[in-house]
Amino acid sequence: MTDALETRTTVTLTVNGREVTATKGEMLIAAADRVGTYIPRFCYHPRMEPVGVCRMCLVEVDGPRGATLQPACYIQVGEGMVVNTESEKVKKAQDGVLEFLLANHPLDCPVCDKGGECPLQDQTLAHGSGETRFIEEKRHFPKPIEIGELVLLDRERCIQCSRCTRFASEVAGDAQIDFAGRGDNIEVAPSPTEPFDSVFSGNTVQICPVGALTAKPYRFTARPWDLEQVESTCTTCAVGCRVAVQSSSNRLTRVLGMDSEAVNHGWLCDKGRFTIDSVVGIDEAPLTDSARRIMEPMIRRNGELEAATWGEALREAARIISSATTPSAVGAIGGAALTNEGAFAWQRFFRGVVGTDSIDAQYGDGLDPVLVAALPRATINEAAEACTVVLLTGDLREELPVLFLRLREGLVKGTTNAVEMSASGSALSALSRVKLPIRPGEAHLVAQAIATDDAPLATLASHPHGGLFTSADLVEARRLIGDDGSGVVFVVGRPNVAESAAPIEAAIRIFAERFPQAKFLPTLRRGNVNGALDMGLTPNLAPGQQFAPTAGRSTLEQLRAATTGEQSVIVSLGGDILENVVDTPLASAALKAASLIAVTGHGGPSLAFADVVFPTTVMHERLGTVTNIEGRVSLLAPKVTPPGSTWPDVAIASELAEEFGQNLGLSDPEETANVIEATTGYPCGSAMRSAMEGVVVGRIDAQTERRLLDPMAFPGIRSADLVGIAPRAGSIASSDASVAGVASRPALSNVAGDINPVIPMPDTYSLRLVVDRTIYDNGAAVRGTEALRALAPTSVLRVNPHDLTRIGVTSGGAVRLTSARGSEVIAVVAEAAVPRGCVALRHGTLVTTNASDSANVGNWIVDSEQVVVEVRMESL
Amino acid sequence: MAVLTAPKIVSSRSEYTDSHSMSRYLATDGFTALRKALSMHPEAVATEVDSASLLGRGGAGFPAGRKWSMLRKAPVSYLVVNGDESEPATFKDHYLIEREPHQLVEGVTIAAYALQVSQAFIYIRGEFALGLERLQQAVNDAYEHGALGSDIFGSGFSLDIIVHPGAGAYICGEETALIEALEGKRGFPRIKPPYFPAAIGLYGQPTVVNNVETMANMPWIVNNGGAAFAALGQGRSTGTRLFALSGRVKNPGVYELEMVKNTFRDIIFDPALGGGIIGDKKIKAFIPGGVSAPWFTPEQLDIPLGLDEVAEQASMLGSGSIVVLDEDSCVVRAAWRITKFFSRESCGQCTPCREGSGWLERIMYRMEHGGGRREDLDLLLDLCDNIAPGLSWPPQQTTICVLGPSIPSSIHSAITNFRDDFIAHVDHNGCPHD
Amino acid sequence: MSYLRPDIRQRADELVALYPQKRSAMLPLLHLAQEQDGYLTDEGMAEVAELTGTSPAEVRGTASFYDMFHLEPVGKYVVGVCTNIACLLSGGEELLEHATKTLGCAVGGTSADGLFTLEETECLADCSVVPVVQVNHRFVRTTTPDALDALISDLRNGRRDDEIPPHGTLIRVRRNGGLRAPRAQVAAEREAAQTAREARAAKETK
Repeated sequence: MTDALETRTTVTLTVNGREVTATKGEMLIAAADRVGTYIPRFCYHPRMEPVGVCRMCLVEVDGPRGATLQPACYIQVGEGMVVNTESEKVKKAQDGVLEFLLANHPLDCPVCDKGGECPLQDQTLAHGSGETRFIEEKRHFPKPIEIGELVLLDRERCIQCSRCTRFASEVAGDAQIDFAGRGDNIEVAPSPTEPFDSVFSGNTVQICPVGALTAKPYRFTARPWDLEQVESTCTTCAVGCRVAVQSSSNRLTRVLGMDSEAVNHGWLCDKGRFTIDSVVGIDEAPLTDSARRIMEPMIRRNGELEAATWGEALREAARIISSATTPSAVGAIGGAALTNEGAFAWQRFFRGVVGTDSIDAQYGDGLDPVLVAALPRATINEAAEACTVVLLTGDLREELPVLFLRLREGLVKGTTNAVEMSASGSALSALSRVKLPIRPGEAHLVAQAIATDDAPLATLASHPHGGLFTSADLVEARRLIGDDGSGVVFVVGRPNVAESAAPIEAAIRIFAERFPQAKFLPTLRRGNVNGALDMGLTPNLAPGQQFAPTAGRSTLEQLRAATTGEQSVIVSLGGDILENVVDTPLASAALKAASLIAVTGHGGPSLAFADVVFPTTVMHERLGTVTNIEGRVSLLAPKVTPPGSTWPDVAIASELAEEFGQNLGLSDPEETANVIEATTGYPCGSAMRSAMEGVVVGRIDAQTERRLLDPMAFPGIRSADLVGIAPRAGSIASSDASVAGVASRPALSNVAGDINPVIPMPDTYSLRLVVDRTIYDNGAAVRGTEALRALAPTSVLRVNPHDLTRIGVTSGGAVRLTSARGSEVIAVVAEAAVPRGCVALRHGTLVTTNASDSANVGNWIVDSEQVVVEVRMESL
Repeated sequence: MAVLTAPKIVSSRSEYTDSHSMSRYLATDGFTALRKALSMHPEAVATEVDSASLLGRGGAGFPAGRKWSMLRKAPVSYLVVNGDESEPATFKDHYLIEREPHQLVEGVTIAAYALQVSQAFIYIRGEFALGLERLQQAVNDAYEHGALGSDIFGSGFSLDIIVHPGAGAYICGEETALIEALEGKRGFPRIKPPYFPAAIGLYGQPTVVNNVETMANMPWIVNNGGAAFAALGQGRSTGTRLFALSGRVKNPGVYELEMVKNTFRDIIFDPALGGGIIGDKKIKAFIPGGVSAPWFTPEQLDIPLGLDEVAEQASMLGSGSIVVLDEDSCVVRAAWRITKFFSRESCGQCTPCREGSGWLERIMYRMEHGGGRREDLDLLLDLCDNIAPGLSWPPQQTTICVLGPSIPSSIHSAITNFRDDFIAHVDHNGCPHD
Repeated sequence: MSYLRPDIRQRADELVALYPQKRSAMLPLLHLAQEQDGYLTDEGMAEVAELTGTSPAEVRGTASFYDMFHLEPVGKYVVGVCTNIACLLSGGEELLEHATKTLGCAVGGTSADGLFTLEETECLADCSVVPVVQVNHRFVRTTTPDALDALISDLRNGRRDDEIPPHGTLIRVRRNGGLRAPRAQVAAEREAAQTAREARAAKETK
């Protein structure tokens, strides 16, 4: 909205005799930081509201009654203020506070995770006395205690700074821990009825200024001085949080959130933070479980997958590909787990060497990449600071958790209003100003209603269970969006993967055409799916987001073609087809019929059908760039050496091309990045060289300065080379000059498809199926991490309480679910957020958490040929 | 000789055993002041209170009129009455709540009218179960009588009063902690600035917080005029106030006395008042205004009972509670127990108070019960200095609220005036008085 | 399904409606939940969380701040003996010690028959009748060991029941009264008064 720079006014004050210019409204402690005067602190955290409780930041400020001690984190800079941070009084106060804190603090340093990166240790060394005068018995408590599955509390170490309780309540919105007790027996405590199971719990461990909160997965693993660190990008989802990846003796030990102004503000979700173990995986898991790390090439001989050499596997794969009758009988599915360079290499291989355009990085559960590329893209900051966000997507807290955090901030403050169009409610529903729930098949009708007039309301109201919102809601929604959508960001994705993309894509196009000033943030959620699509792993785009329509098949089309014999070879790139495709029967039939070459880092149910398996490097083992939901290209830095015989995708594609006598011209990721930038203008090379926030494609205005890193706010992150570096103008300018890729981007007119699909209303007994997501699912990250495996929920059907009552079933019971494909019994639970006339199931859940493979259940009823899936539900 | 000529302004019905009943209240001019006030301009009522120069009757002694004038410009506001009397040895509000609840209700209504607020809260500490019941009954009586609710006595002015129970926390007597408790949270005091209640108070709105006794003065002031109130007392300390006398005196109790005209000697020794020390023992020391106040020794017995007069002696009249120690009282034990009180009641927010009070209590415990060392005396004072730098009065503070700098008062006073007692404890390895 | 029984739940709903903001009803609601069970159970606190729009952790955190809320079971009679300064000077510690013997439990503990819980309190604001003793927050004015023993005996035999309800029941007087006019009308009246005030002020400054 308004550029803050224009409204800023400055203030002049004196700090330690020096004149300092500060911004009006700035806290004294932040202003002092900026000019290099460090004031010690514990409770202050730059990403949360100050509370002034630790009293460590007391400084002398002149006032009408002389100089008094004031907390620097709590007072704003004032014109003419005179501040002394080094006087004897201040030093005595600091010494006193430290002595008080250390009085009851246990001498745990030798066994405490925080030792070596501990703000209490560091500040005691700098500002405290060397001895204590405390001769009493220290306070003792049982320790440690589990306050959640992943976080342990050591009460004796806690200094009651309230960073954790403030984070849980203020930032995450999960007030599951609070101070209990009074005075010096205050403790951080959850209620016995509700553990600290927030998906952001790991952040409290990172920001705790002592070792009171420790992470179960990391506890006792390493000492900070043994750790090597590299700055990289998290690829667990497509938000692309900036992370510091740390390893010891070539073993990944820890991931910490880096403070990126543009992306994640220092926060991570627990899935991104704690799933590095999945890089090693669980050795005993069978090949069909995504927990298993694949490290050797394999060929199927006599019905079994056997280890083979790279040469043998490459030759066999080439043989299989050559045996296809035509090039178009070969196709590739997947690509979100690849780097941009890997995706580019595979794209070159399939289009250039094989000669097929049937390549698709999505699994039929995303959005038309041509549409996505045609939309004016918003950055995360723009969405977080928008006047209005329209949410037409799944539950962001499950799918893109840190995006949820970023959006939540403005909604709570009231600076942003949300209009939510959701299929089964979300963690942002309660904060949304207007709720326009959509049943499967209705998204475009609601969009029409918002864009034009109330006419679609009659259609919506003709549903057997009535409409879900009123005309007044619509009026409010229109008012918030405004006339041309300026200041509005549409956050768009697939809230329901049991429904075809048609209604959602139609809705998006309606919005884009009706509100030309609005921006869009697509929520394609898998790791680097955005980069893979931008690199052309999709039938109708060439690398660099260039519109290049072909007759290539999308994933679902490939699978159908496999069942009819039109396609005989499927190459799966990175992900597991059976895990990811929602229409499991279709996927199974396709894999049975066609030959499968699996290029993968992890096992999965599809390997039961694989003929050749190529082991790849994953995550933090490889160099490359990835692209997030904003179109921000950032560096993926390697931290450990790849295990076994794994190869990076660029190498595999190149070697496979060699089998056909062709040279891809891409010898390594770095060269590939430069080739990409040289040939398409897409800034992979620049991003690789930039140590900062990455580079947003075609948006020079979206580059932001790196904030000063406060080591007390983010203990554990090596800050020496990351503090206050200005953006390197050179590399950004080069990306700006590379408008070639941007100029040939598709326009809305290039988007195919019916903007007004007609979907008949269901009858009274028909229910429509919503398949949404859960953060802890059956994917490799969660399955491969012991600490998170047990947190994946089991399959249960969520039903509106009225619909359950109608058939006389109580929540917690079971029902018989019937569709055109068959019938099964499933457990059921009442959930008011599910609209009447719908039932909801989470994709990626298992029958039991001890399931021996990571196959989906419940997906037998999804038929991808249908626009919507109708089911019936009866009591047993 | 004690000067006992002043009228009973807030305790005029003490002779009646049914002073808490509505019938008795009505029979003794109850609600006449409210009717009179409602016939006046609200500004005029406020002016009367101003002219009384009524200083708040809680611990801080801030001028009530000035608190109000900070508020009169703002559109939305609340009146909150502080009945959380938990300062040790203070028991005057207890009297007013249990024995004169209608007077309190009438006073609050008059004040609300002057401030033009329509919602008032009376926060009473939860341990006053009977007081809460009587006050709720008085509020019910007032509604029934038309003295509360909408269009009071046909004046067009409406007021709702909510009687709100506390739940046992001394810190909730601090005005911002009280507001936090009223908002349904833990009683954590807020940092001032910016959270002065007149600026940002209950629900973030401008709020006036006044003590129970302050409110109880309203009816008399309206009926007799602010000037008549100001004619009593002397200097800045006008009118009468309730003094709570306790400790080793023959007649502990609540006494309403004209400000300044009497001294500590009068209230402690006059046969009509304190009656002297039990067993006619010698007085050793006395605490002039609640346990947050530095102690006085017999040299200060002739100081008048006035705010400025006591302040000049580097202490405070505070809540008007006077505790008397005699020659047999152990000052170390007294200081220890007071320190233990602060440690138990510290809210725990800020480091110096939370950790400091506990540490000080541990040292004082050793001093009193065995294990005290000579070096502990300097240690005690230095730790006190880390909480209230300079150990001056009025104190500076490193803490969020004034509970912090109250902690050193008893320790500092006891060591300064009775160092030998401490040395005796060290040498005796415990209390020699046992 | 409400954990609070119907009559308590009804009073709870009235309380929530009484305050300008829901969360303000927290302390009175906790007193109510304690009235039902004699102490605060997790279920009671979870229901208070729902009623106030907060989380169970926040309710527990709030309740545990205050001395009067017990998160563990206590006796039917909670006996509080004060040992703060005025009572200290007049035998408070000794009376407390005597109470432990009479009741057969430590300070903070409960008698074997489960009837009495003994607490050492801070100042209860009745310092002319010392040492101060309360039972379930009613002043009983038993300042000597004999008087205390007689009281305990009375309580055991139910002789003080109409004066001293079981622990948890705090205010037995229900609020009846309330604004005769709805809030909106009061707000309108207040606005009118403000307008009139402004008009007067404007006139005065001319």
